[in-house]
Amino acid sequence: MAHFLGRRALHSGIALIGLILAVFFLVRLTGDPTALYLPIDASLQTRIEFAKKHGFDRPATEQFLVFLKDVSEGDLGYSLRKQRPAMELVLEAYPTTLALAGVAMTLSIVLAVIVGALAAYRPGGVFDRVGSMASLAGASAPDFWVAITGILVFAVTLRWLPTSGTGDLPYWILPIVVLMLRPFGLMVQVVRASMLGALSSAYVKTARAKGVGETAVIFVHALRNASLSVVTVAGDLTVGLINGAVIVETVFGWPGVGKLMIDSVIQRDFPTVQAAVMVTATAIFLLNILIDLLYVALDPRIRHQ
Amino acid sequence: MSTAEQEALIIRRRSSWWQLLLRDRFALVAALWLICLFACFLFGPELFGKAATTLNLRARNMPPGSTEQGWLMILGGDALGRSILARLIVAARNTLAIALSAVFLAMIAGAVLGMIAGYFGRGIGHVIMRFADILQSFPSLLLAVVVLYVLEPSVPNLIIVLAITRLPVYLRVTRAEVLEIRERVFVDAARALGSSRYHILRRHITPVIAPTLLTILTVDFSIVMLAESGLSFLGIGIQPPEITWGLMVAQGRNYLSQAWWLAFFPGLAIMLATLSGNILSNWLRIVSDPEQRWRLEAPGKNDA
Repeated sequence: MAHFLGRRALHSGIALIGLILAVFFLVRLTGDPTALYLPIDASLQTRIEFAKKHGFDRPATEQFLVFLKDVSEGDLGYSLRKQRPAMELVLEAYPTTLALAGVAMTLSIVLAVIVGALAAYRPGGVFDRVGSMASLAGASAPDFWVAITGILVFAVTLRWLPTSGTGDLPYWILPIVVLMLRPFGLMVQVVRASMLGALSSAYVKTARAKGVGETAVIFVHALRNASLSVVTVAGDLTVGLINGAVIVETVFGWPGVGKLMIDSVIQRDFPTVQAAVMVTATAIFLLNILIDLLYVALDPRIRHQ
Repeated sequence: MSTAEQEALIIRRRSSWWQLLLRDRFALVAALWLICLFACFLFGPELFGKAATTLNLRARNMPPGSTEQGWLMILGGDALGRSILARLIVAARNTLAIALSAVFLAMIAGAVLGMIAGYFGRGIGHVIMRFADILQSFPSLLLAVVVLYVLEPSVPNLIIVLAITRLPVYLRVTRAEVLEIRERVFVDAARALGSSRYHILRRHITPVIAPTLLTILTVDFSIVMLAESGLSFLGIGIQPPEITWGLMVAQGRNYLSQAWWLAFFPGLAIMLATLSGNILSNWLRIVSDPEQRWRLEAPGKNDA
């Protein structure tokens, strides 16, 4: 087990370094930020000073070595846009995204398990057909379109909810619902498929023969085994959730990491892009390792040698 | 089971795929819709290209549901008085072309890399798999944003970026299948007969993995279409005067409170296309799965 975790961490480490390398050089290909941050009539002297201050006058490979040294000292550089440490900006935006993604993910898992399990209980029944169709529609809907249609209906026309911004409960409803669509839709189908398999298995027949109640058969015996497939897709869905968060944060004007990254890329704020990518990627790697551990805990047959 | 029933079962098992399609109402509608869209893809710009760019100031932001300005205005007019219906039909070409090219490119590149990783030694396999790890562990949208900002957002670049983000799926599946198939007897036999590695991969392994990859392709088509629309919506995908449905939603967003139909219909078009793709791929999966095929073949399923 320790060996497995070690190898997994090594692979993740290699991937993380590869990603940082790629992002570091890719963002530098987008152009020189000097032109973007200084006034048009800035003298050559100020331009040179600006480039020198941020290290843009040196070759990219040398910039990378300096960057590595700084990172090892815990310094991720200053944001060009906000004149503050890049890490501070990222950590400030993080809780917003984390809360948004956490709530959306939890709600979609819980709802998908209930809907998927009930749909699989009577395959071809009314609930199954309505549920399957709804989940397919959820997985197929363009999130940005649902977001602006939602704003139009519930905020502009009915005036029940605010159009954008952060605040108490009403501000959360639209972003959460939009963010839930894709993971909920995909997960209902996964839960349904694996529940179909589990419900026709021998141990479910045994449980019924013993006289276990139907609720317990569905939600205890069958679901525990069906939950493995949910855990398997959860990692991919979480990565996908960040894609959704970028769109949702942009449309609803939430100050999260997704919006921070988009804005930083467009304004060539290299240090902030690098810091945001590093933090996000690390979080995703940790999550994947956590999922592997959860997998072992749920299914004792799996022992990583 | 009586002999009559057995015979009935045998006859049913022989029912061809289009008979099965006729029997599943949802799949049939989805297939017809996709054929419609494909017709728009082939002939749309030639037939409606002029109507989609003709300005008609009397039809500016004209609400849908009226044929006063001709039947092309049935879905309303946009901010410049162009017919939304005509623009939707014309935009179908870009939207479908990008999604189709991207999934095929991803499938071919992923399959080739997966075969190399699965068939040629462990060293290169490890390098390729770590590359897939990097791609898969990072949100594809952000990767696309960075890459599209470096390269200019043209149609070919958009296709390449979308293909790269979908590549790991094909790569992993191909590698896993190749690892298993290469140990089978027919591959051993081919090797013993002196076939080259290239010949074995092309003649003996490709035919076995192709159906799996094509099934993934139908699911991916919807995913890629949504991704392209998202990028175009954020303003880093397709650039005007080119149009896709995603860009039409983005343009309509500015007029949301005065003219909702500008953003609504293109979004609906995206949703119907992805939904049809998903329904059809579900159906394909059931048809190609011998354990589930009976669900479609059982009579009266749709009458219940």
